[in-house]
Amino acid sequence: MYQYFYELLGSEILATLITAAVPLVNVLLAALIGVYLERKVSAHMQDRLGPMRTGWHGIFQTVADFIKMLQKEDAVSTEVDKKLYNLAPVLVFTGSFAAYAVIPFSSKVIGTEAEVGIFYLLAISSLVVAGILMAGWSSNNKYSLLGAMRSASQIISYEIPTAIVVLSMVMYTGTLSLDKMSQMQTAYFWNWNILGGAEFGFAKFLLIPFMIVGFIIIYISTLAEVNRTPFDIPEAESELVAGYFTEYCGMKWAMFMLSEYGNMFAVSGLVTILFFGGYQSPLGYFGDAIGVHWMIPFEQVFWFIAKGWFFVFVQMWLRWTLPRLRVDQLMSLCWKYLIPYAFVNLIIIGIITLL
Amino acid sequence: MALKTETMVLNMGPQHPSTHGVLRLELELEGELIKKVIPHIGYLHRCFEKHAEAMQYNQVIPYTDRMDYLASMYNNFGYVIAVEKLMGIEVPERVQYIRLIMGELQRIASHLVALGTYGLDIGAFTPFLYLFRDREKILSLFEMTCGARLLYNYMWVGGLSHDIHPDFQRLTKEFINYFKPTIVELDSLLSYNKIFIERTANIGILPVDTAINYGVTGPMLRGSGIKFDLRRNDPYSIYNRFDFDIPVGKGLVGTVGDCWDRYYVRVREMEESLKILEQAIDNIPEGDVQSAIPKRIKPPKGTVYSRVETPRGELGYFIISDGSTNPFRVKVRAPSFVNLEVLGELCKGHLVADVIAILGSVDIVLGEVDR
Repeated sequence: MYQYFYELLGSEILATLITAAVPLVNVLLAALIGVYLERKVSAHMQDRLGPMRTGWHGIFQTVADFIKMLQKEDAVSTEVDKKLYNLAPVLVFTGSFAAYAVIPFSSKVIGTEAEVGIFYLLAISSLVVAGILMAGWSSNNKYSLLGAMRSASQIISYEIPTAIVVLSMVMYTGTLSLDKMSQMQTAYFWNWNILGGAEFGFAKFLLIPFMIVGFIIIYISTLAEVNRTPFDIPEAESELVAGYFTEYCGMKWAMFMLSEYGNMFAVSGLVTILFFGGYQSPLGYFGDAIGVHWMIPFEQVFWFIAKGWFFVFVQMWLRWTLPRLRVDQLMSLCWKYLIPYAFVNLIIIGIITLL
Repeated sequence: MALKTETMVLNMGPQHPSTHGVLRLELELEGELIKKVIPHIGYLHRCFEKHAEAMQYNQVIPYTDRMDYLASMYNNFGYVIAVEKLMGIEVPERVQYIRLIMGELQRIASHLVALGTYGLDIGAFTPFLYLFRDREKILSLFEMTCGARLLYNYMWVGGLSHDIHPDFQRLTKEFINYFKPTIVELDSLLSYNKIFIERTANIGILPVDTAINYGVTGPMLRGSGIKFDLRRNDPYSIYNRFDFDIPVGKGLVGTVGDCWDRYYVRVREMEESLKILEQAIDNIPEGDVQSAIPKRIKPPKGTVYSRVETPRGELGYFIISDGSTNPFRVKVRAPSFVNLEVLGELCKGHLVADVIAILGSVDIVLGEVDR
């Protein structure tokens, strides 16, 4: 992508800026659409209409809300630790923004084709924990502190099953690059990893059940990592008011919110890439069929977004259906069930891959 | 050397999303473990009892509306029964029937709020809105009858403020038929949800003896397994003519007397209320609802204690009359106030998240606690 813009514009600075802007646009769009979608999905599940006034079916509601957020007074309590308090939302947002740099929306639209993309993604999204702890501690509010403590323990615990499943997929595909992983699952949907990957033969069918288990484990643990119901314990509204961002308002609060919705799409994208072919079309490309090859990247963007938003929709669906677990139940789910299963799954996939 | 630790004091409320009003809880925590819970009340104190002394008997009725504002009809009911007992008034059959129907509709409406907000406390948002949708239908029936949706001032001493609307019986029957399947829906959506059971079963167990020692009544007492309902044990109005069960906690998914039992007793009580409504709605006799209203309410000297079973428990009115047009003293035994006291016992040794679950299952209305 950088190469393309460099050749087009002939300027390193411009090309770098544009390349850097791509993830930013992606994360902002994901957040804006995510907030709107959440409102509509929840509304229609609950016999309501949701926002209807701003634009057609209220599609500009989120934009209007963010304009409101920008205009709000930045009220800061006198008792807070100013430096950390101001740094925390930036750090949290940076974490989710930076994660978008390696997510391939298509074979052409990708911030950077890092060879260690998946490693980088896991590492950079852990930055969020530091931001959350900062926010909770610096707010000087007991509810925030409790929320931050819960959040840190939750996110760190659930990173383990996520990492184990990712590891098994890395073992199977033999690459750390998200782009390459997507390319391997090309052509039709039976080449997706959830259905045993692009290879044929006995091993493919042997793999399918373990791939499904892996998918379920990573989906549950990413759900917990982005603090969604039934794992929204850190910000449990009915217990901790709003958890770690109770004391925030205006644009700083909006940054927590943006990053939350940004993360939702990011983890859905990760699941899509690992198991559901990434940006690959399930039924071949229209551009291939009619011989217009420049169309293919656009089709890929469409498929990636469609798959990603489908998983975001499932997250919302779960959120508005299920109650919330308790802290100890959440931890026991992770340590007693997910981690052992993920580990066994890792070993079995490893053995099958060796065969 | 042992690590030196301190307990943390967490102030929950009066501005908190789940304290069901302006209750303030002082929690003493060790990590997230509860050491002690001290409820602080009085943020909604409006001197109801003192006000009543300066008012004529019928002027007190609107104030009773504002005690348990989720079950205003029943608060009216209890008060007018007490005054009628004091004066020895016999009310017409039609009035008896309409009062009972309103009372049972109110019980369903009140339980719908209790169950919905309980789901909300546990984190399930959607059942809350489903139940409010159904409650709205009951409120529309009330609105059609007396013009108000929340604070009715409907039952008067010796009669009612308005007769029912000609369509009332038909619409109530429609509601009964509509509402039966939604209880099944609630069961599948919330009551038997795995996570919901995890959160509420074996939490906040209220043993029978503790319940009796604290004077707990209503669904809380029945949740602990005691079949005690004033509609059956000390019948008032015309409740002894109807056939209905008294659901009690059986510990279906946990221990008898846990949060889930208290929750489930309310669900089953709605079914029983529907049963009573079905029996009563077609049998309303003809008559005048205002014929027995005395011109001047001036009870003889004396005292009276009268109690009714509101959705929250035993609501008692103790009235002293000195023979004038104003009551000398009105004392209310509010069920929420008494039930709230047991909170400290229930919360010991649980986590912060459980306090919310337990408080929700107690189902308090602060208007009644503070009066």
